[in-house]
Amino acid sequence: MLDSKIPSGSLEQKWAEYKGHAKLVNPANKRKLEVIVVGTGLAGASAAASLGELGYQVKAYCFQDSPRRAHSIAAQGGINAAKNYQNDGDSVFRLFYDTIKGGDYRARESNVHRLAEVSVNIIDQCVAQGVPFARDYGGMLNNRSFGGTQVKRTFYAAGQTGQQLLIGAYQALERQVALGNVKMYTRHEMLDLVIVDGKAKGIICRNLITGELEKHAGHAVLLCTGGYGNVFYLSTNAMGSNATAAWKAHKKGAFFGNPCFTQIHPTCIPVSGDHQSKLTLMSESLRNDGRIWVPKQKGDKRKANDIPEEERDYYLERRYPAFGNLVPRDVASRAAKERCDAGYGVGTTGQAVYLDFKYNLINKYGRAEANKQGIDHPDTETLIRLGKEVVKEEYGNLFDMYEKITGENPYEVPMRIYPAVHYTMGGLWVDYELMTNVKGLYCLGEANFSDHGANRLGASALMQGLADGYFVIPYTIGNYLADDIATKPLPTDHPAFVETEKAVADRIHTLMNIKGTQTVESFHKRLGKIMWEKCGMARNEQGLKEAITEIRQLKKEFWSDLKIPGAINEMNPELDKAGRVADFFELGELMCIDALNRRESCGGHFREESQTEEGEAKRDDANFAYVAAWEFKGEGNWELHKEELNFEIAKPTQRSYK
Amino acid sequence: MNLTLKVWRQKNGNEPGRFDTYPVKNISSEMSFLEMIDVLNEEIIREGKDPIAFDHDCREGICGMCSMYINGRPHGPWEKNTVCQLHMRAYKDGDTIVIEPWRANAFPVIKDLMVDRSSFDRIIQAGGYVSVNTGSPVDANAIPVQKDMADAAFAAAACIGCGACVAACKNSSAMLFLSAKVTHLALLPQGHPERRSRALKMVAQMDKEGFGACTNTGACEAVCPKGISIENIARLNREYIMAGLVAE
Repeated sequence: MLDSKIPSGSLEQKWAEYKGHAKLVNPANKRKLEVIVVGTGLAGASAAASLGELGYQVKAYCFQDSPRRAHSIAAQGGINAAKNYQNDGDSVFRLFYDTIKGGDYRARESNVHRLAEVSVNIIDQCVAQGVPFARDYGGMLNNRSFGGTQVKRTFYAAGQTGQQLLIGAYQALERQVALGNVKMYTRHEMLDLVIVDGKAKGIICRNLITGELEKHAGHAVLLCTGGYGNVFYLSTNAMGSNATAAWKAHKKGAFFGNPCFTQIHPTCIPVSGDHQSKLTLMSESLRNDGRIWVPKQKGDKRKANDIPEEERDYYLERRYPAFGNLVPRDVASRAAKERCDAGYGVGTTGQAVYLDFKYNLINKYGRAEANKQGIDHPDTETLIRLGKEVVKEEYGNLFDMYEKITGENPYEVPMRIYPAVHYTMGGLWVDYELMTNVKGLYCLGEANFSDHGANRLGASALMQGLADGYFVIPYTIGNYLADDIATKPLPTDHPAFVETEKAVADRIHTLMNIKGTQTVESFHKRLGKIMWEKCGMARNEQGLKEAITEIRQLKKEFWSDLKIPGAINEMNPELDKAGRVADFFELGELMCIDALNRRESCGGHFREESQTEEGEAKRDDANFAYVAAWEFKGEGNWELHKEELNFEIAKPTQRSYK
Repeated sequence: MNLTLKVWRQKNGNEPGRFDTYPVKNISSEMSFLEMIDVLNEEIIREGKDPIAFDHDCREGICGMCSMYINGRPHGPWEKNTVCQLHMRAYKDGDTIVIEPWRANAFPVIKDLMVDRSSFDRIIQAGGYVSVNTGSPVDANAIPVQKDMADAAFAAAACIGCGACVAACKNSSAMLFLSAKVTHLALLPQGHPERRSRALKMVAQMDKEGFGACTNTGACEAVCPKGISIENIARLNREYIMAGLVAE
């Protein structure tokens, strides 16, 4: 039933083979075909721009006031590409292999290999657009290292790489808007998918300013709507990031792949109180130069700078000497949790560890600068001063951000960090062409499940978003649309449109008429707490079962006691939020069901029942080497379909970063 | 701490607005400014009234969505900062805080503190890009870029498009925003072929949108959350004059 449409041939030849034989649509016919793109982050903006350039009539939608606001903008550290500019042994194969291994052997080999292949084109494309990546003095592009790899393949623009890449894609998109190839709908939110004869034919969306529902038709629909980390309430996602578009598609038949695969990022600013609305990431790139430690003595209350070197436990370097502070995110997060749970955590809550730059500030950057400037026998103070300048150039905005939030100066005292929800590897199930099991419905970027398995490596999200939008979808969409060149767009008075719009209106009406006493925010917080405690960094059977019961109860309470102010036909941010949270309840339940079903540990999914003697994640390849693709069967009812994963090249082994 | 907020309330662009006063109690100094508004909104909703509408999204100072004019200054009292990163330790018990939307003809109010900044998108549409299609451009390292040029281009490209520069300007000029884009692309070899037409077209669009002229006061630079320098405006003027000289 699940056909992933992986082309035949050797792994290295599959994409070339596919491109050589995929159907094409001639330029005159492209102009007759309308494509709907929902979401304008890296995946959506790059897809909308590229398809507009090809001549398709594109309609793009975002809930923000401008496509430039999409949350890709907040990505900090960088973007991977197998350029091997550093001459350090990188290659397409290495990037492919690192990604498969980093994902703990739960991703599809063919997709990941294609991702590694096109990674090099992305950098060329972005530079041509004017993305100002960091350069060295010879004018060549610079690279830094990220977790889970032993080469330097990450391209960056200080701590604002996502911003620069998104602005590049946004500018390309606005150029197509100016040329009339893309029509942009801002402050619009997709609320349902219209399907006729099993094919995606349009969407229903709400104009967030007027509150009116609108019907939009297209020959294909692309969901580029990002991840669902906000199920947890507290995450590094933007306040508006939501799963509604993908979830509505799921309820209309699109399978949801690996919903329990959530990435908890090891280096975020810890929670400070109940008022907290979101968490802020401190880029993984900081682990290039920061060393993570806790005191060797339990409950040590001294200030960080008063604890002498020999009384510090650099636990990542101790446990994983080969990768040290650059182990993958899931490993680093669990190690931090382990230390804090054992009573070694720091800060007022004891739920934090130190990320300390002093060593590299002095020994790496300070000394290099002193050498450059010909200063013999520099004293520590000079080294710190010189090192600071370099660190400022590399990560300045991140250090400033930390200081604004915490009031502490990270050049002087170590940062306090703790893991937080950051990314979701799961998402709508897609085949090799990025099409869901619903014909004509595609899913790109973080919103799909495809490339990162059970754990995403740092700097790979930007790579995947842009790969999907710039270099995959422009080839694969033609293979579908070629058969549709004679089809007219579905008229919006077609019964399918009218019925779907009515269902959306009814649901909004129901939400508005609960007229209870509790706010959306208070429900969202309670859902997040259940998810974080029972479906977070560590999961077990009993906890997951409890979570499912609790979520169902809370959902019932939500639908009977929710209070939304204002009216339907006007701007109403509380109503927008209520719709999103209502979907999070259903998705949260599915995440727990999936986590319960997967009785193994892999990547970010850690089942306490399945661990090695050293407390590492223990996979069960014999029983779980599959993608769990869930089909919606009605309220609280799903059917599991399995896509078996075959590893022809990267043979699964116990991941070791020691 | 306990504070008094005076907040601009306006149902939509067609109706007149007014200041409403709200006392807020037990605010922790560790809260962000927007979290303080969240707390107030929760109270307003419980009372069955209409919460304060404001734009916000990433809450980490990069998306450029948040936009509040606080006690006469865009984004509040801290230097190089956005409202979402402003924290309540900037205030003390008993303070009164006045909160308004960006005020500019080219940024019409949508509701309360929310304004329409689509004029910025249209300025970019007029030429704020390199006209290169997705495909196979030359290798990324084929054209070396002098490091200081790349760094300067990056500094200009760091603009988040929030519009604080316009809100601070007595003429509501968008020159800092526009010049940051012109500078970003003019300093890189990839942006050279279109540098002249770009400056002309973007300035023409800015005028059309109803932004005012620049009188080099520098209020924009003083409030820019990303520290975009007013030197960019000087560069834009050079680009614009050069383009005018060689235009047919």
